[in-house]
Amino acid sequence: MNEMVRTLEPFEIKDYLRLQLMPHFMCPGCGHGIALRALLWAVHELAIDKNKLAIVSGIGCSGRVGAYIDANTFHTTHGRPLAFATGLKLARPDLTVVVITGDGDCLAIGGNHLIHACRRNLDLTCLMLNNEVYGMTGGQVSPTTSANRLTTTTPGGNAEPTFDACKLAEAAGASFVGREVTRQAMALKNVIRDGIAHPGFSFIEAISDCTEIYGRKNDLGESPEMILSQKSDMRPEAFGNVADEPFRPNRLVTGILAKQARPEYGAAYRDYAVRVKSKPGRPR
Amino acid sequence: MSHAPTALHGNHACALGAIAAGCRFFAGYPITPSSEVAEHMSRELPHVDGTFIQMEDEIASLAACIGASLGGVKTMTATSGPGFSLMQENLGYAAMTETPCVIINVMRGGPSTGMPTRPAQGDIMQARWGTHGDHPVIVVAPASVQEVYTQTIRAFNLAEEFRTPVIVLYDEIVAHLMETVSLPAKGKAEVKDRKWATGAEVGFMPYAETDDLVPVMSRPGDGHRVHVTGLTHTPDGFPTQKPELADRALRRLVDKIELNRDRIDEVEEIETADADILVVAVGIVARAARRAVEMLRAEGVKAGLLRPVTLWPFPEAQVRNAAERASVIVVPEMNTGQLSLEIERLAGRGKRIRTIHRIDGEPIGPDEIAQTIREA
Repeated sequence: MNEMVRTLEPFEIKDYLRLQLMPHFMCPGCGHGIALRALLWAVHELAIDKNKLAIVSGIGCSGRVGAYIDANTFHTTHGRPLAFATGLKLARPDLTVVVITGDGDCLAIGGNHLIHACRRNLDLTCLMLNNEVYGMTGGQVSPTTSANRLTTTTPGGNAEPTFDACKLAEAAGASFVGREVTRQAMALKNVIRDGIAHPGFSFIEAISDCTEIYGRKNDLGESPEMILSQKSDMRPEAFGNVADEPFRPNRLVTGILAKQARPEYGAAYRDYAVRVKSKPGRPR
Repeated sequence: MSHAPTALHGNHACALGAIAAGCRFFAGYPITPSSEVAEHMSRELPHVDGTFIQMEDEIASLAACIGASLGGVKTMTATSGPGFSLMQENLGYAAMTETPCVIINVMRGGPSTGMPTRPAQGDIMQARWGTHGDHPVIVVAPASVQEVYTQTIRAFNLAEEFRTPVIVLYDEIVAHLMETVSLPAKGKAEVKDRKWATGAEVGFMPYAETDDLVPVMSRPGDGHRVHVTGLTHTPDGFPTQKPELADRALRRLVDKIELNRDRIDEVEEIETADADILVVAVGIVARAARRAVEMLRAEGVKAGLLRPVTLWPFPEAQVRNAAERASVIVVPEMNTGQLSLEIERLAGRGKRIRTIHRIDGEPIGPDEIAQTIREA
């Protein structure tokens, strides 16, 4: 395909979807579709050949998003997509590898893989769809469930503190860290695009609403109410609604939160191999 | 054909076998008594444009191997009991997605942390049934350093030929035994590669039902843009829960091993043609058993040895045949009874079975086996 021509074409999401799988199985009001659209839009703007695009996902609602993308898609095991992606990217540096994961997949069962992926700084993009809940299994508490929220396993309200995934990723060494909300689809697209273009490990948190399970359980309203709440919740300074009753008590900031130049691990390993090969004699 | 014999220990021979077989990616996590495999791979792989990575745990190690294999590269990991337990979930994923990979499991004393530097054969059943669900698996069990080399190559060939994870199962003794090994000249080992799609296919089916039941594999970037999932899937790669389609997909997985047994089975039989007392043993114990059979033959006792080299799928027909001719079967093993379960299943009614079990971290010697045969 001619990449120059493609970049000039307007974004048409159907060009990037496996339409034979429609209708999709996401719940009405789920924010994951917006995140999916933002991702594909970013892919389009970067003129990435979908034959060279690999989507690696884990288990849960987020894990099922990848299958709808007309690319090389790998639906792996719970919490492990970053580990699969690490092998894939090292073996095939020519591929653009994007991991789609969720708050449970990435921060609970996959937390160890996340911090080491951040540390290595391999050229992967990790898109974590944070809906604060285990949706696929029926609405159990997750590491990002806000304080006092009701879930099927916190019937009296969540007493556990939450993770700030972006701070975690930055502290562990991710060279690009961003966060956006599904309400700001264009901004989400931009941060994903910048993350994919960044040479190194990019961690992007997309705040996505689970309306059917989490919203209903906590009386947060229908999809429009939940998505509007992101306004007062996410960018109080931008919207001047600091005093609004927030739907999420954690006032998270959005945008590109951290960016630093660090050696990309795949290139670093290949350089190491060249150095080793050039040395006379071979260790046995 | 072959280089001058070289003295190697088993874990070193394993790494050299892997490189000769075309392994170009290794992901692993340190664990006694398998760590030398990783150490040697870390030295060898950069010289053949391969990649070594030490992952954060064994779960990630096998995940990375599967990811690399899906990218089109031959991959291996190496571990021991505790790490092998952690790999079981992704082992099932490799079986379900039909992703070739080789897993080295050097058995040590268990359960749990057990006796890390001591040999055992406690993972015979874990190797077969460790991951959940009905799944196909191939396990090879070398008994010498030479065989670690050749069986590691064979493990890669079987993995590629049948698109399945293959486990190489040996124990701490074989891992650290120093023996002379004849290595084939560079590039002379028989190496098989998976069947690749050409990229020109229209309507490519990643899990098509081919004659030999092994689907052709697509390499990312070749234009097929396939979906790979651990969910039960139809030939197009997408999930299904329709009973008839699920049944068809899962039966093909099992059948591709069962119906191709002639290309997978391997047993070594010593003096079994007229054996009245049949010893069945695997790995290092089989070497002691072989010596015991030689001792007994010298005493005029008609003893014989059957050694499964391909341990799983179990050589049922071969064991039945040999067992039919014998009046007593002796099963020595370094566990409380795993191989003997298979023998009891296959030996037939009224057959006398004598077992020897050691779980004290010491090997079973020839004298111990010979004495059991004399008393049989």
